[in-house]
Amino acid sequence: MQHISVVTPEYAARRAMRANSDCPQLWSTLDTVFDPELPQVTIWDLGILVDVQQLGARRCKVVVSPTYSGCPAIDVISEDIVSALNSAGVKQVEVAVSLSPAWSTDLISPAGKAAMLSQGIAPPDKSVNCPQCGSEHTSVISQFGSTACKALYKCNDCLEPFDYFKEF
Amino acid sequence: MNNFSNSTLYNYLLGLADDALILGQRTSEWCSRGPFLEEDIALSNVALDYIGRARMFYQYAAEVEGKGRSEDDLAYFRDEREFSNLLINELPNYDFAFSMVRQYFLDVHACLYLQGLTASTDQHLAAIASKAIKESRYHLKRSQTWLLQLGLGTEESNKRMQTAIDELWGYTPEMFMMTETETQLSTAGIAVNRDNLLQQWTATVTADIRSADLQIPDQQWQVVGGREGKHSEHLGHLLAQMQILQRSYPGLEW
Repeated sequence: MQHISVVTPEYAARRAMRANSDCPQLWSTLDTVFDPELPQVTIWDLGILVDVQQLGARRCKVVVSPTYSGCPAIDVISEDIVSALNSAGVKQVEVAVSLSPAWSTDLISPAGKAAMLSQGIAPPDKSVNCPQCGSEHTSVISQFGSTACKALYKCNDCLEPFDYFKEF
Repeated sequence: MNNFSNSTLYNYLLGLADDALILGQRTSEWCSRGPFLEEDIALSNVALDYIGRARMFYQYAAEVEGKGRSEDDLAYFRDEREFSNLLINELPNYDFAFSMVRQYFLDVHACLYLQGLTASTDQHLAAIASKAIKESRYHLKRSQTWLLQLGLGTEESNKRMQTAIDELWGYTPEMFMMTETETQLSTAGIAVNRDNLLQQWTATVTADIRSADLQIPDQQWQVVGGREGKHSEHLGHLLAQMQILQRSYPGLEW
Protein backbone atom coordinates (compact mmCIF):
# COMPACT_ATOMS: atom_id res chain seq x y z
CA MET A 1 0.00 0.00 0.00
CA GLN A 2 1.25 3.47 -0.86
CA HIS A 3 0.82 5.83 2.06
CA ILE A 4 1.73 9.41 1.32
CA SER A 5 2.04 11.53 4.44
CA VAL A 6 1.54 15.23 4.08
CA VAL A 7 3.67 17.52 6.23
CA THR A 8 1.32 19.33 8.59
CA PRO A 9 1.92 23.02 9.37
CA GLU A 10 2.41 21.99 13.02
CA TYR A 11 5.18 19.58 12.14
CA ALA A 12 6.74 22.06 9.70
CA ALA A 13 6.94 24.58 12.57
CA ARG A 14 8.70 22.03 14.79
CA ARG A 15 11.13 21.12 12.04
CA ALA A 16 11.98 24.79 11.50
CA MET A 17 12.52 25.28 15.24
CA ARG A 18 14.85 22.32 15.39
CA ALA A 19 16.77 23.50 12.32
CA ASN A 20 17.37 26.87 13.98
CA SER A 21 18.48 25.39 17.30
CA ASP A 22 22.00 26.08 18.53
CA CYS A 23 22.42 22.56 19.93
CA PRO A 24 21.82 20.14 17.02
CA GLN A 25 23.86 17.42 18.72
CA LEU A 26 21.43 17.26 21.65
CA TRP A 27 18.50 16.82 19.27
CA SER A 28 20.40 14.02 17.53
CA THR A 29 21.07 12.30 20.84
CA LEU A 30 17.36 12.47 21.65
CA ASP A 31 16.60 10.77 18.33
CA THR A 32 17.76 7.60 20.08
CA VAL A 33 14.89 7.79 22.59
CA PHE A 34 11.83 5.81 21.55
CA ASP A 35 8.31 5.79 22.89
CA PRO A 36 8.06 2.72 25.16
CA GLU A 37 4.60 1.86 23.83
CA LEU A 38 5.43 2.45 20.17
CA PRO A 39 8.62 0.64 19.19
CA GLN A 40 10.47 2.41 16.36
CA VAL A 41 8.74 5.75 16.89
CA THR A 42 11.08 8.30 18.47
CA ILE A 43 9.85 10.93 20.90
CA TRP A 44 10.77 13.51 18.24
CA ASP A 45 8.68 11.77 15.58
CA LEU A 46 5.75 11.38 17.96
CA GLY A 47 5.82 15.09 18.73
CA ILE A 48 6.11 14.73 22.50
CA LEU A 49 9.64 16.19 22.44
CA VAL A 50 8.91 19.91 22.52
CA ASP A 51 12.28 21.55 23.04
CA VAL A 52 15.84 21.08 24.25
CA GLN A 53 18.10 23.88 25.45
CA GLN A 54 21.78 23.85 26.24
CA LEU A 55 22.24 25.54 29.62
CA GLY A 56 25.96 25.00 30.06
CA ALA A 57 28.84 22.78 28.97
CA ARG A 58 27.27 19.68 30.52
CA ARG A 59 23.84 20.94 31.39
CA CYS A 60 20.58 20.99 29.45
CA LYS A 61 16.82 21.27 29.80
CA VAL A 62 14.39 19.08 27.87
CA VAL A 63 10.70 19.91 27.53
CA VAL A 64 8.21 17.12 26.85
CA SER A 65 4.44 17.16 26.42
CA PRO A 66 2.44 14.03 27.32
CA THR A 67 0.03 12.59 24.75
CA TYR A 68 -2.73 11.96 27.31
CA SER A 69 -2.84 13.31 30.86
CA GLY A 70 -2.95 9.81 32.32
CA CYS A 71 -0.21 8.45 30.07
CA PRO A 72 1.80 6.08 32.28
CA ALA A 73 4.72 6.14 29.84
CA ILE A 74 5.76 9.71 30.61
CA ASP A 75 7.89 8.74 33.64
CA VAL A 76 9.74 6.07 31.66
CA ILE A 77 10.27 8.52 28.81
CA SER A 78 11.78 11.07 31.20
CA GLU A 79 14.16 8.42 32.57
CA ASP A 80 15.14 7.36 29.04
CA ILE A 81 15.86 10.99 28.11
CA VAL A 82 18.11 11.47 31.13
CA SER A 83 19.99 8.24 30.52
CA ALA A 84 20.49 8.95 26.78
CA LEU A 85 21.90 12.41 27.48
CA ASN A 86 24.02 11.16 30.39
CA SER A 87 25.59 8.59 28.09
CA ALA A 88 26.36 11.37 25.62
CA GLY A 89 28.24 13.25 28.34
CA VAL A 90 25.55 15.67 29.44
CA LYS A 91 25.65 15.21 33.21
CA GLN A 92 22.90 17.52 34.38
CA VAL A 93 19.57 17.01 32.67
CA GLU A 94 16.35 18.67 33.69
CA VAL A 95 13.14 17.30 32.18
CA ALA A 96 10.14 19.61 32.30
CA VAL A 97 6.60 18.57 31.40
CA SER A 98 4.63 21.17 29.49
CA LEU A 99 0.85 21.00 29.09
CA SER A 100 0.27 23.95 26.81
CA PRO A 101 0.03 23.96 23.88
CA ALA A 102 -1.57 20.54 24.24
CA TRP A 103 -0.03 17.68 22.26
CA SER A 104 -1.89 16.75 19.11
CA THR A 105 -1.46 14.16 16.36
CA ASP A 106 -0.75 17.05 13.95
CA LEU A 107 2.69 17.23 15.57
CA ILE A 108 3.66 13.72 14.41
CA SER A 109 6.30 13.62 11.68
CA PRO A 110 5.83 11.81 8.36
CA ALA A 111 8.62 9.43 9.47
CA GLY A 112 6.67 8.73 12.66
CA LYS A 113 3.56 7.83 10.69
CA ALA A 114 5.60 5.58 8.39
CA ALA A 115 7.12 3.84 11.43
CA MET A 116 3.66 3.20 12.89
CA LEU A 117 2.51 1.71 9.61
CA SER A 118 5.51 -0.60 9.50
CA GLN A 119 4.48 -1.85 12.96
CA GLY A 120 0.94 -2.66 11.85
CA ILE A 121 -0.55 0.45 13.44
CA ALA A 122 -2.72 2.66 11.24
CA PRO A 123 -1.44 6.22 11.61
CA PRO A 124 -3.83 9.11 12.33
CA ASP A 125 -5.48 10.14 9.08
CA LYS A 126 -8.76 11.29 7.55
CA SER A 127 -9.73 7.71 6.71
CA VAL A 128 -8.69 4.66 8.71
CA ASN A 129 -7.05 2.24 6.28
CA CYS A 130 -6.03 -1.31 7.11
CA PRO A 131 -2.25 -1.37 7.73
CA GLN A 132 -2.09 -4.94 6.38
CA CYS A 133 -3.95 -4.80 3.05
CA GLY A 134 -4.64 -1.08 2.65
CA SER A 135 -8.39 -1.49 2.42
CA GLU A 136 -10.58 1.46 3.31
CA HIS A 137 -13.35 -0.86 4.47
CA THR A 138 -12.66 -0.88 8.17
CA SER A 139 -14.84 -0.64 11.26
CA VAL A 140 -14.26 0.28 14.88
CA ILE A 141 -14.25 -2.49 17.49
CA SER A 142 -13.46 -0.30 20.48
CA GLN A 143 -12.69 3.39 20.80
CA PHE A 144 -9.80 2.48 23.08
CA GLY A 145 -7.10 -0.02 22.12
CA SER A 146 -4.01 -1.29 23.89
CA THR A 147 -3.18 2.25 25.07
CA ALA A 148 -5.15 5.48 25.51
CA CYS A 149 -3.75 6.87 22.25
CA LYS A 150 -5.04 4.00 20.12
CA ALA A 151 -8.43 2.66 19.07
CA LEU A 152 -9.11 -0.92 18.02
CA TYR A 153 -10.32 -1.50 14.46
CA LYS A 154 -10.85 -4.42 12.16
CA CYS A 155 -10.52 -4.72 8.41
CA ASN A 156 -13.75 -5.82 6.71
CA ASP A 157 -11.79 -7.21 3.72
CA CYS A 158 -8.83 -9.13 5.16
CA LEU A 159 -10.54 -9.45 8.58
CA GLU A 160 -7.38 -8.52 10.51
CA PRO A 161 -7.90 -6.54 13.71
CA PHE A 162 -5.48 -3.62 14.12
CA ASP A 163 -4.60 -0.63 16.26
CA TYR A 164 -5.41 2.82 14.95
CA PHE A 165 -3.49 5.77 16.36
CA LYS A 166 -6.38 8.13 17.06
CA GLU A 167 -6.51 11.54 15.43
CA PHE A 168 -6.42 13.76 18.49
CA MET B 1 -3.44 42.44 43.11
CA ASN B 2 -5.88 39.56 43.55
CA ASN B 3 -8.56 40.01 46.15
CA PHE B 4 -8.64 36.36 47.16
CA SER B 5 -6.24 34.35 49.28
CA ASN B 6 -4.15 31.36 48.25
CA SER B 7 -6.37 29.11 50.34
CA THR B 8 -9.35 30.09 48.18
CA LEU B 9 -7.57 28.92 45.05
CA TYR B 10 -6.30 25.83 46.89
CA ASN B 11 -9.84 24.83 47.90
CA TYR B 12 -11.09 25.29 44.37
CA LEU B 13 -8.28 23.16 42.91
CA LEU B 14 -8.90 20.49 45.50
CA GLY B 15 -12.54 20.26 44.42
CA LEU B 16 -11.54 19.75 40.79
CA ALA B 17 -8.86 17.24 41.77
CA ASP B 18 -11.18 15.27 44.08
CA ASP B 19 -13.84 15.09 41.35
CA ALA B 20 -11.32 13.59 38.95
CA LEU B 21 -9.68 11.20 41.43
CA ILE B 22 -12.88 9.76 42.85
CA LEU B 23 -14.44 9.17 39.43
CA GLY B 24 -11.16 7.72 38.17
CA GLN B 25 -10.88 5.36 41.13
CA ARG B 26 -14.52 4.34 40.85
CA THR B 27 -14.28 3.70 37.12
CA SER B 28 -11.07 1.70 37.58
CA GLU B 29 -13.15 -0.86 39.53
CA TRP B 30 -14.41 -2.00 36.13
CA CYS B 31 -10.91 -3.19 35.24
CA SER B 32 -11.16 -6.97 34.64
CA ARG B 33 -14.96 -6.78 35.13
CA GLY B 34 -16.00 -5.10 31.86
CA PRO B 35 -18.82 -6.70 29.85
CA PHE B 36 -16.30 -7.68 27.15
CA LEU B 37 -12.57 -7.26 26.64
CA GLU B 38 -12.57 -4.16 24.44
CA GLU B 39 -14.99 -2.38 26.74
CA ASP B 40 -12.90 -3.38 29.73
CA ILE B 41 -9.89 -1.69 28.14
CA ALA B 42 -11.91 1.39 27.23
CA LEU B 43 -13.19 1.79 30.80
CA SER B 44 -9.68 1.42 32.19
CA ASN B 45 -8.38 4.04 29.75
CA VAL B 46 -11.08 6.50 30.73
CA ALA B 47 -10.23 5.87 34.40
CA LEU B 48 -6.57 6.53 33.60
CA ASP B 49 -7.40 9.85 31.92
CA TYR B 50 -9.17 10.90 35.12
CA ILE B 51 -6.29 9.84 37.36
CA GLY B 52 -3.98 11.87 35.12
CA ARG B 53 -6.30 14.84 35.41
CA ALA B 54 -6.41 14.46 39.19
CA ARG B 55 -2.60 14.46 39.31
CA MET B 56 -2.39 17.74 37.37
CA PHE B 57 -4.87 19.42 39.72
CA TYR B 58 -3.30 17.97 42.90
CA GLN B 59 0.21 18.99 41.83
CA TYR B 60 -0.99 22.52 41.26
CA ALA B 61 -2.98 22.52 44.53
CA ALA B 62 0.07 21.32 46.47
CA GLU B 63 2.16 24.06 44.91
CA VAL B 64 -0.44 26.73 45.76
CA GLU B 65 -0.78 25.44 49.32
CA GLY B 66 2.96 25.77 49.75
CA LYS B 67 3.24 23.54 52.83
CA GLY B 68 5.48 20.97 51.24
CA ARG B 69 2.70 18.42 50.75
CA SER B 70 2.79 16.33 47.58
CA GLU B 71 0.05 15.16 45.23
CA ASP B 72 0.20 11.77 46.96
CA ASP B 73 -0.24 13.35 50.39
CA LEU B 74 -3.40 15.04 49.18
CA ALA B 75 -4.79 11.86 47.63
CA TYR B 76 -3.88 9.38 50.35
CA PHE B 77 -3.76 11.24 53.63
CA ARG B 78 -7.01 13.14 53.77
CA ASP B 79 -10.15 11.75 55.38
CA GLU B 80 -13.63 11.42 53.95
CA ARG B 81 -14.89 14.73 55.29
CA GLU B 82 -11.95 16.55 53.72
CA PHE B 83 -12.86 15.32 50.24
CA SER B 84 -14.98 17.80 48.35
CA ASN B 85 -15.94 15.82 45.25
CA LEU B 86 -19.45 15.86 43.81
CA LEU B 87 -21.64 13.03 45.08
CA ILE B 88 -22.40 11.70 41.59
CA ASN B 89 -18.71 10.79 41.19
CA GLU B 90 -18.61 8.55 44.27
CA LEU B 91 -21.76 6.48 43.71
CA PRO B 92 -21.04 2.78 43.16
CA ASN B 93 -20.95 1.47 39.60
CA TYR B 94 -23.99 -0.80 40.03
CA ASP B 95 -24.37 -2.05 36.44
CA PHE B 96 -22.89 -1.01 33.10
CA ALA B 97 -25.93 1.13 32.27
CA PHE B 98 -25.53 3.10 35.49
CA SER B 99 -21.82 3.72 34.88
CA MET B 100 -22.47 4.81 31.31
CA VAL B 101 -25.31 7.19 32.14
CA ARG B 102 -23.17 8.77 34.87
CA GLN B 103 -20.23 9.04 32.48
CA TYR B 104 -22.49 10.57 29.83
CA PHE B 105 -23.92 13.21 32.23
CA LEU B 106 -20.41 14.08 33.41
CA ASP B 107 -18.91 14.09 29.90
CA VAL B 108 -21.46 16.59 28.60
CA HIS B 109 -20.77 18.71 31.67
CA ALA B 110 -16.98 18.37 31.42
CA CYS B 111 -16.93 19.48 27.78
CA LEU B 112 -18.80 22.67 28.69
CA TYR B 113 -16.92 23.28 31.92
CA LEU B 114 -13.44 22.73 30.50
CA GLN B 115 -14.26 24.89 27.48
CA GLY B 116 -14.89 27.73 29.92
CA LEU B 117 -11.77 26.89 31.92
CA THR B 118 -9.52 27.15 28.83
CA ALA B 119 -10.29 30.88 28.98
CA SER B 120 -9.30 31.15 32.67
CA THR B 121 -7.02 34.04 33.55
CA ASP B 122 -4.98 31.50 35.49
CA GLN B 123 -2.55 30.20 32.85
CA HIS B 124 -1.84 26.94 34.66
CA LEU B 125 -5.55 26.09 34.88
CA ALA B 126 -6.12 27.07 31.26
CA ALA B 127 -3.29 24.72 30.23
CA ILE B 128 -4.73 21.79 32.18
CA ALA B 129 -8.16 22.48 30.67
CA SER B 130 -6.84 22.58 27.11
CA LYS B 131 -5.29 19.17 27.69
CA ALA B 132 -8.28 17.60 29.44
CA ILE B 133 -10.99 18.88 27.11
CA LYS B 134 -9.67 16.83 24.21
CA GLU B 135 -9.99 13.71 26.33
CA SER B 136 -13.48 14.58 27.53
CA ARG B 137 -14.66 15.17 23.97
CA TYR B 138 -13.44 11.71 23.10
CA HIS B 139 -15.08 10.22 26.21
CA LEU B 140 -18.34 11.87 25.22
CA LYS B 141 -18.30 10.28 21.77
CA ARG B 142 -18.22 6.92 23.47
CA SER B 143 -20.74 7.51 26.28
CA GLN B 144 -23.15 9.17 23.85
CA THR B 145 -22.90 6.15 21.54
CA TRP B 146 -23.63 3.79 24.44
CA LEU B 147 -26.60 5.91 25.54
CA LEU B 148 -28.15 5.49 22.08
CA GLN B 149 -27.15 1.87 21.62
CA LEU B 150 -28.50 0.72 24.97
CA GLY B 151 -31.54 2.99 24.90
CA LEU B 152 -32.50 1.70 21.46
CA GLY B 153 -31.28 -1.84 22.19
CA THR B 154 -33.39 -4.49 23.87
CA GLU B 155 -36.25 -4.08 26.29
CA GLU B 156 -33.86 -5.04 29.08
CA SER B 157 -31.11 -2.57 28.11
CA ASN B 158 -33.67 0.23 27.71
CA LYS B 159 -35.12 -0.55 31.14
CA ARG B 160 -31.69 -0.51 32.79
CA MET B 161 -30.79 2.80 31.17
CA GLN B 162 -34.07 4.35 32.31
CA THR B 163 -33.51 3.08 35.86
CA ALA B 164 -30.03 4.62 35.83
CA ILE B 165 -31.32 7.96 34.53
CA ASP B 166 -34.06 8.04 37.20
CA GLU B 167 -31.56 7.21 39.94
CA LEU B 168 -28.88 9.68 38.80
CA TRP B 169 -31.09 12.61 37.86
CA GLY B 170 -31.31 13.96 41.40
CA TYR B 171 -27.53 14.07 41.63
CA THR B 172 -27.09 16.31 38.57
CA PRO B 173 -28.14 19.68 40.13
CA GLU B 174 -24.99 19.58 42.27
CA MET B 175 -22.89 19.88 39.10
CA PHE B 176 -24.26 23.40 38.63
CA MET B 177 -24.04 24.68 42.20
CA MET B 178 -21.51 27.39 42.91
CA THR B 179 -19.60 27.40 46.18
CA GLU B 180 -18.58 30.72 47.71
CA THR B 181 -15.03 29.97 46.64
CA GLU B 182 -16.07 29.44 43.06
CA THR B 183 -18.17 32.59 42.98
CA GLN B 184 -15.21 34.60 44.18
CA LEU B 185 -12.84 33.03 41.68
CA SER B 186 -15.29 33.25 38.83
CA THR B 187 -15.58 37.01 39.41
CA ALA B 188 -11.80 37.14 39.12
CA GLY B 189 -11.97 35.29 35.79
CA ILE B 190 -10.30 32.16 37.19
CA ALA B 191 -13.14 29.70 37.80
CA VAL B 192 -16.06 28.89 35.53
CA ASN B 193 -19.55 30.09 36.40
CA ARG B 194 -21.53 26.85 36.56
CA ASP B 195 -24.88 28.67 36.29
CA ASN B 196 -24.08 29.46 32.67
CA LEU B 197 -23.69 25.79 31.74
CA LEU B 198 -27.08 24.51 32.90
CA GLN B 199 -29.12 25.58 29.90
CA GLN B 200 -26.85 24.01 27.31
CA TRP B 201 -26.30 20.87 29.36
CA THR B 202 -30.05 20.39 29.74
CA ALA B 203 -30.67 20.99 26.03
CA THR B 204 -28.03 18.46 24.95
CA VAL B 205 -29.00 15.82 27.50
CA THR B 206 -32.73 16.18 26.82
CA ALA B 207 -32.23 15.81 23.07
CA ASP B 208 -29.94 12.77 23.42
CA ILE B 209 -32.17 11.03 25.95
CA ARG B 210 -35.18 11.48 23.67
CA SER B 211 -33.24 10.15 20.67
CA ALA B 212 -32.38 7.09 22.72
CA ASP B 213 -36.09 6.42 23.34
CA LEU B 214 -35.66 7.24 27.03
CA GLN B 215 -37.43 9.73 29.28
CA ILE B 216 -36.31 12.65 31.41
CA PRO B 217 -37.65 11.94 34.91
CA ASP B 218 -40.19 14.38 36.27
CA GLN B 219 -39.23 13.94 39.92
CA GLN B 220 -37.91 17.03 41.64
CA TRP B 221 -35.68 15.59 44.38
CA GLN B 222 -32.02 16.43 44.61
CA VAL B 223 -29.08 15.41 46.79
CA VAL B 224 -26.18 17.76 47.46
CA GLY B 225 -23.37 18.18 49.99
CA GLY B 226 -20.23 16.71 48.43
CA ARG B 227 -18.46 20.05 48.11
CA GLU B 228 -18.89 20.56 51.87
CA GLY B 229 -17.55 17.12 52.66
CA LYS B 230 -20.97 15.63 53.38
CA HIS B 231 -20.83 12.36 51.52
CA SER B 232 -22.82 9.22 50.90
CA GLU B 233 -21.86 6.06 52.77
CA HIS B 234 -20.04 4.91 49.64
CA LEU B 235 -17.07 7.29 49.73
CA GLY B 236 -15.58 5.90 52.93
CA HIS B 237 -15.38 2.42 51.46
CA LEU B 238 -13.80 3.72 48.28
CA LEU B 239 -11.18 5.67 50.24
CA ALA B 240 -10.45 2.72 52.51
CA GLN B 241 -9.57 0.60 49.52
CA MET B 242 -7.63 3.35 47.77
CA GLN B 243 -5.69 4.60 50.79
CA ILE B 244 -4.99 1.47 52.83
CA LEU B 245 -1.51 0.81 51.46
CA GLN B 246 -0.21 4.32 52.11
CA ARG B 247 -1.94 4.47 55.49
CA SER B 248 -0.40 1.15 56.54
CA TYR B 249 3.04 1.86 55.10
CA PRO B 250 3.35 5.65 54.81
CA GLY B 251 5.69 6.75 52.04
CA LEU B 252 5.86 3.31 50.46
CA GLU B 253 7.14 3.42 46.87
CA TRP B 254 7.21 0.98 43.99
